[in-house]
Amino acid sequence: MRWTSGGGARKGSPFSTLNPGRTNPSQKWGTWIALVALAAFLVLSLAAAPEKHLSVYSVAANYSLPLTQRDNRDYVGLLEVLEPLGKVSAKTEGSRWRLRYNSTEAEFQAGKNKAKVQGKDADMGAKFFVENNRGLVPVSALSSLLPRILGGPVTLHEDAGRLFIGSIATHFTASLASANPPRLVFNFSAPVNPQISSEPGALRMTFSHEPLVAPASPTLTFGNKMIPSANFSESNGNAVVTVSATIPVMASFSNNGRTVTIIPTNAPAQTASGGTETTGASPPPSPVPTAPVQPPVARKCFAVVDASHGGDDHGETLSPTLLEKDVTVALARGLRQELESRGITTLVLRDSDANLSLDQRAIFTNADHAAIYIAVHAASSGHGVRVYTALLPAADDDRGPFRNWTSAQRGALTLSRTAATAVASEMQKRQIPVRNVGAPLRPLNNLTGPAIAVEVAPQGSDVSQITAPDYQQLITSAIATAVAATRDQLGVAQ
Amino acid sequence: MIPRQLVIALTALLLLALGLGIYAWHMRKTVAATPPPEGDTRPLAPPVAGPTERVTLFVAHDSDGTLRPESAQIPMPSGRQQRAEELLRSLVSLYLDKSSPHVLGAGSDVRSVFLIDPGVAVIDLNSAFADTHRSGVLVEELTVASLIHTVSANTPGITKVKILVEGKDRDTLAGHADLNDFYDVNAVNQLATQLQSP
Repeated sequence: MRWTSGGGARKGSPFSTLNPGRTNPSQKWGTWIALVALAAFLVLSLAAAPEKHLSVYSVAANYSLPLTQRDNRDYVGLLEVLEPLGKVSAKTEGSRWRLRYNSTEAEFQAGKNKAKVQGKDADMGAKFFVENNRGLVPVSALSSLLPRILGGPVTLHEDAGRLFIGSIATHFTASLASANPPRLVFNFSAPVNPQISSEPGALRMTFSHEPLVAPASPTLTFGNKMIPSANFSESNGNAVVTVSATIPVMASFSNNGRTVTIIPTNAPAQTASGGTETTGASPPPSPVPTAPVQPPVARKCFAVVDASHGGDDHGETLSPTLLEKDVTVALARGLRQELESRGITTLVLRDSDANLSLDQRAIFTNADHAAIYIAVHAASSGHGVRVYTALLPAADDDRGPFRNWTSAQRGALTLSRTAATAVASEMQKRQIPVRNVGAPLRPLNNLTGPAIAVEVAPQGSDVSQITAPDYQQLITSAIATAVAATRDQLGVAQ
Repeated sequence: MIPRQLVIALTALLLLALGLGIYAWHMRKTVAATPPPEGDTRPLAPPVAGPTERVTLFVAHDSDGTLRPESAQIPMPSGRQQRAEELLRSLVSLYLDKSSPHVLGAGSDVRSVFLIDPGVAVIDLNSAFADTHRSGVLVEELTVASLIHTVSANTPGITKVKILVEGKDRDTLAGHADLNDFYDVNAVNQLATQLQSP
């Protein structure tokens, strides 16, 4: 084999030494070592600079997107931000980039700071880029652009690369339950699954997927020598809670992932039932190796309450000033309160005026393996409450381990009917007129676990009764009581 | 010097043009404010001539959310598919009456019914049927159950029913009742039985 220097390598240039015919072995090895060292340096340099991300939290999905740098600013693909949230499409016409999200239209122009959303000007504060048909917007512009596109509130933590769509935040409190041995208890408003790591003098909980927000003060002090403080910080799409400790400590999960207790490693665990997984942190100078911790439960919440409709889908116009989508959110929130007061962990699937497709609702509920799914509807016609279970369509059989999407409910229909009967029974006890029938109502047939829908109508002819707090409370307490009564049966499902 | 007669004639013409302009503007406003005359959007009534038959229609009642069988004597053609169409048109014309127990929007109609072997019926509704339908789980379910149970009870051999709107798939009737999938007639018959008691 013969190497040639090629047309570009001139005699006397450094590259001409690659020709083995003119190079001695020591020169050749020296060149290779230099090249390998250079490559290693480049690889290490790239590895040292972590890729920047934007974490997006919404009712529909939590996801992370890579950021790119343009003009010393962070940019993100707008289509990628919107795709998980609803029906979105984009079209490039020359330098113009047109976006359609549900019924909202926006137009951007490459190199321009201004965009038009629904015909109105929007200032992005920096240039818009189109690259390979991708529309890149500055991250800083998301807080002004997205509310106009999505039609709802958006909170951007720009420096931390975190974007909250709607009222999605998970809050937490921390309190020292006892002084000796110290027991630091974190209570979260929703189940969490942080990655736990430790370093000398600190235990760190990193929340990659949870919309965790800071408490009133980012630094919490406990006046304890062994666990003196905890600190909240956020960066590159993650929230981090760092617990300072002068003794070895470990974290324990309980309450279906809503409570994390930090205790000394030599102290007996005193957590609620279910809190078994632990990891350690050690004081200086002897760090203990750690591993990410998974909470022991497969499901994050027992009940999923779905406020039906939302966003562009108003549901029934109950009166000129009352939309079904607004009533269902109020009912869902009330139901969550009633369920949680009975010790049933609950997630409201739509807690804001967000667009959420029926498939997204089903996918989320199935993925969570919720023990019961309750869709809430409201109607002006009829009287009292209707409780529905799925009316399964004519569909093919399941194939092996794969369930037919349109009849996924088949295996859980008996339990669904048990739950519906219990709800109807509780309504009757409260003298609320009730019907219990099947209905061709998605996504009931797409759910693999027990699932019911509850349609609330006024008892009389006054439709405004369905917004009355006492009437709503009467109904939500009946549902919650029924779910609590059938908890054992529902809990073993899936 | 412009002759006096010419000035008068020109002024008169200008005034006439102005007057006509004002009149035209006024007429245009009047026309814009007048709603277009509504055509008779009711579906054609079944033929009154020819032999009649006694059939059972399953009629929705909003007052108590029930589906009740009602006997009707209607002229029926001989073809299986035409019979199914006439049945449903009779049912819809009943719902179009303002005193109906389950009122449908003006212009609601069944465009056609296709019977496809083995045992599949496709009911094609017009857009007015779906667009003017009231929204709500029960109210939509009653309409769907009424249509399917009526056609299947009077047309033996139907096992699956698909509902289209203007020949196309539609997600829901009016926001709730699913129209994406084929209805299982056995399941709808059980539902109809449930719905017969308040």
